[in-house]
Amino acid sequence: MRVPLSWLGEFVDLEPGTTPEAVHAALVSVGLEEEDIHRFELTGPIVVGQVLEFVGEVQTNGKTINWCQVRVAADGELAADGGPAIHGIVCGAHNFVVGDKVVVTLPGAVLPGPFPIAPRKTYGHVSDGMIASARELGLGDEHAGILVLGDLGLDPEVGTDAISLLGLDDSAVEINVTPDRGYAFSIRGVAREYSHATGATFRDPALAVTATASTEVFPVSIEDTAPIRDRIGASVFVTRVVRGVDPTRPSPAWLIARLKLAGIRSISLIVDITNYVMIELGQPIHGYDLDKLTGGLVVRRAQPGEKLVTLDDVTRTLNPEDLLITDGSGPIGLAGVMGGATTEIGDGTTNVLIEAANFDPVSIARTARRHKLPSEASRRFERGVDPEVAAVAAARVVQLLEELAGGVADGLGSLHDATPERAPIDLPTGFVSGLIGLEYTREEVRTSLAEIGASMTETATGLAVTAPSWRPDLTDKWTLAEEVARIVGYDRIPSVLPIAPPGRGLTRTQQLKRSVATVLAATGHTEVLAYPFVAEKANNLFGDPASSTVPQIKVANPLDGEAPFMRTSMLPGLLQIAHRNLSRGSTDLAIFELGSVFRPVEGVSYGSAVVPPAAVRPSAELEAKLNAGIPPQPFTAGIVLLGNTVRHQPGQAPIAASWQDALTAVAQIGLAVGLPILVRQGAHKAMHPGRTAELFVGTDAGELSVGFAGELLPAVARGADLPAVVAVVELNLSAVFAQVTGELQATVIGTKPAATQDLSLVVGVQVPASDVLTAVREGSGTLLESIELVDDYRGTGIEAGQKSLTFALRFRAPDRTLTAAEASDAKLAGVQLAAARYGAHLRE
Amino acid sequence: MSAPTEITEPVVTAAVDAALAAIDAATDSVALKAVRSAHVGEASPLAALNALMRSVPGDQKAAAGKLVGQARARVNQALGAREAAIVEAEATAQLAAEAVDVTAAASTWRAGARHPLTLLQERVSDVFVGMGWEVAEGPELESEWFNFDALNFDEDHPARAMQDTFFIDPPEAHLVLRTHTSPVQLRALLGTEPPVYRIAPGRVYRTDELDATHTPVFHQIEGIAVDKGLTMAHLRGTLDHFVKALFGDEAKVRLRPNYFPFTEPSAELDLWHPTFKDGARWIEWGGCGMVNANVLRSAGLDPEVYSGFAFGVGVERALMFRNDVKDMHDMVEGDVRFSQQYGMAV
Repeated sequence: MRVPLSWLGEFVDLEPGTTPEAVHAALVSVGLEEEDIHRFELTGPIVVGQVLEFVGEVQTNGKTINWCQVRVAADGELAADGGPAIHGIVCGAHNFVVGDKVVVTLPGAVLPGPFPIAPRKTYGHVSDGMIASARELGLGDEHAGILVLGDLGLDPEVGTDAISLLGLDDSAVEINVTPDRGYAFSIRGVAREYSHATGATFRDPALAVTATASTEVFPVSIEDTAPIRDRIGASVFVTRVVRGVDPTRPSPAWLIARLKLAGIRSISLIVDITNYVMIELGQPIHGYDLDKLTGGLVVRRAQPGEKLVTLDDVTRTLNPEDLLITDGSGPIGLAGVMGGATTEIGDGTTNVLIEAANFDPVSIARTARRHKLPSEASRRFERGVDPEVAAVAAARVVQLLEELAGGVADGLGSLHDATPERAPIDLPTGFVSGLIGLEYTREEVRTSLAEIGASMTETATGLAVTAPSWRPDLTDKWTLAEEVARIVGYDRIPSVLPIAPPGRGLTRTQQLKRSVATVLAATGHTEVLAYPFVAEKANNLFGDPASSTVPQIKVANPLDGEAPFMRTSMLPGLLQIAHRNLSRGSTDLAIFELGSVFRPVEGVSYGSAVVPPAAVRPSAELEAKLNAGIPPQPFTAGIVLLGNTVRHQPGQAPIAASWQDALTAVAQIGLAVGLPILVRQGAHKAMHPGRTAELFVGTDAGELSVGFAGELLPAVARGADLPAVVAVVELNLSAVFAQVTGELQATVIGTKPAATQDLSLVVGVQVPASDVLTAVREGSGTLLESIELVDDYRGTGIEAGQKSLTFALRFRAPDRTLTAAEASDAKLAGVQLAAARYGAHLRE
Repeated sequence: MSAPTEITEPVVTAAVDAALAAIDAATDSVALKAVRSAHVGEASPLAALNALMRSVPGDQKAAAGKLVGQARARVNQALGAREAAIVEAEATAQLAAEAVDVTAAASTWRAGARHPLTLLQERVSDVFVGMGWEVAEGPELESEWFNFDALNFDEDHPARAMQDTFFIDPPEAHLVLRTHTSPVQLRALLGTEPPVYRIAPGRVYRTDELDATHTPVFHQIEGIAVDKGLTMAHLRGTLDHFVKALFGDEAKVRLRPNYFPFTEPSAELDLWHPTFKDGARWIEWGGCGMVNANVLRSAGLDPEVYSGFAFGVGVERALMFRNDVKDMHDMVEGDVRFSQQYGMAV
């Protein structure tokens, strides 16, 4: 909403010299949001001139220019630029005659652009200024010729300051109107708010016009047989007729300037007047050419398949929910949204039917959205228009058509008003103070409510408050409390720190999330945050180890049509980020992200066709159904490593990132959460077939697969514009966290001397080292304290297809010093089990 | 050197002199070892003299023993002293040889970093945990009822269309990417009887194109308290404490009337700080207010019994004015240099 200050000042006292910035500040303090300031970006001297004579001169390019002598000051006086009273000016336009008063921009003036004016050599003359068009002044789009003041009905003295004459010294504040404050979509509403903010006297323009009743009935019938959500489409419908309007009359300059500042283009006097009244009072007005109407008006819902050509010359197929204005010819307007072309006000219109109605906000909002037709009218109706201002606004249009357009009101009209009575709201004594935490006096509560236009009566328990007609948002005692608090001022609310009951700190899961992030960062990984929007094929590639497609969630209105799916894996986003870093010269990367992936389950239908009503707790069953309809979104870790893990340095050869770094990171996460993450040889269609691990955690029901780690298939890495070796981890942390009990049973730390022994076992190369290790550990029994793999040897001395695994073992007894024989026996028990399971034998 | 055949003073003295001269001449531990072997070893003159003691007549034994004993003591003492000096010198030389340029150390580790947006959310959570609040969470892909209806956004309310929502296909399933962290309010209230004091940081989505100040994926921190007798003064008190904890004691909060469907009364939360980059000024940071009676009803609570307050602030925005991040691109592009500026703390 843009509010020209001169207009605002008509309804509320504005101190002389009040700046737009000051008005903004005042309005912001009562809850309107500051957006912008609009001005005619020009400075003088710009004056009224009179064309004394001109000579047409044909140029070599075929164009004729006029060499004009223009009087810009009274005889014997200096002009506003200090020059002579008569200026010679070159003018390319031809829409004027000798004697016309025009707008002359003298040297020193600056027009919007900025376009500074100076004496200029052109077409063989020195043009000492410029005769301006409406467009050059920022007043409109008219550039077919210069602005002839007589056309605006003006005949000012020569030399008059044209800036103030045309209202170009005005400025407007633009504010954002919150959805509950529909009334602030008018100068009337903003003036009231300004008064609340500053205490300045408010004069309600709705009281300045008397809505006279018509004597002869213009037939209107409201026939809404299908109200939306039980609300009749039109609760108020006022019509008035004005005849004999002079269609040649121009809109006055002040009106054009104010509309322009309010963001509305001048079209014709009649249309300008309807727009003017809409901005002033907030009531959208529709004007019909009375002579183009066929009989009376019927307000009804559209029939299936019905069509309407709207003012913008678009043929619209109507929906049965659309509310229509119709006459004998059929639909002539989309009620409250846009009029039709057939009954439009035109250049020849002399008899006008004015419509000022109050339409149901929901109906208008849906129609405007459905036809993608947000208009000045629909924006106001959607937020609620004062039902009592319709008749006043219609009378105000009549008044202006009479004053400015030479029209005459006749007795024809109608007044339909089915506005329901507003029920008083019970406001118990002390409620406002109790909710806000500030002791308001009885007087403060009453005056604040009176100031916003509410009326009230005393009751046994407090006040019965009737909200003003323009405040449909005031529906309960809480909304009234906000009004009292805001009128008295939010700055008076004290600061009191509430004492919460003792809390339990972070949950285990919340602590684990932090531990994982901290450990990864502390071990050299950098946290990044990727958008979770990906392409379908990226999800299919990473979302499942084997299957070529995965179920996935699609965004209905994505910003990027290339990536409309929610990620099923962390990797596509991380690979993109890796590429971005690489292209910026960071070639050694270890990045990670912790976040949600979206994993719908095949065959499950998510969501719910029925949305439960608001303001009622859903039944336990319905709540469970809503929750079951939300797809699983496990918290997941993704890691990408490439380039060098250790860079080239003095005495240090570079170490390239590989599958081993991915597994190190997995082990570090395991350490962070206090749960071993088991590594098994794995397979994944996006991964290197020989360098991929599947990750597991132990559960009561056996081992659960929780992710994978290793190196990408080189082709996949190249596909992501990355080097051939890219190590990655994808780990479902929600599944890992679920196995963390945190109730570890501590073992006794033995202090007796340990016995250490090495063990070399020969097994087939296909047997995973970890399996052999597990067998030795299990077979060796409780005396074995630790076992580590120290070597994997293949080649000379070892049969082809076999490998020699060397383990370092440490034995310890809790209560005595072990003998070498005891340790050897335990070791041999381990060897036996490894032999039984995998055919392992001691290396000779 | 031929072995001595009798114990006489000249013979003993000669052996001692020869030994001392050799000890003096030894400059490293290898040479000293050879000297020890030659002059006090089994084949040395002193050992031979000692062996001759057996054949010395009884009356001369004491004098000869004294002569040989003193000689051996002198030589052993000189050897000991020399050995200590050599060990010391060699240790010093070795340390000197081991000297390095400590500024050229090779690091076998990489520097990692947390993302400041997640760090900031943790920090805010910690402030509230310190006040006894608990941290609440909810899904990013949310049911429309939780995101809108339950929060008093009527299906036809203009505020609902204003939210720039990402809808999930098909729209009839009524699933959205949450447009705010406010649905967590409802989840907290549905799951627990009041008193409820919760802080809910998290990721949210709106259909804004990425530019210097907007991103379609961003983070909010939502707070909600529902109890008996909570007032807007408690809201202000909580916010005052919060901003001082996060921005320092000089930070101030201002409330301005505003409209949100889920609060009534509602306020815009403005923040003031003397050291903001463009000078001391008020900055819009979020919204807040008293929990709307309809939201309490959606959670099955009687608004005549309970009242509550809620607030929501933007994390990206906080990082922008707190740490002078000028462009949203830096926060979302994942350039490691951005996170690495912060390291492990924000």
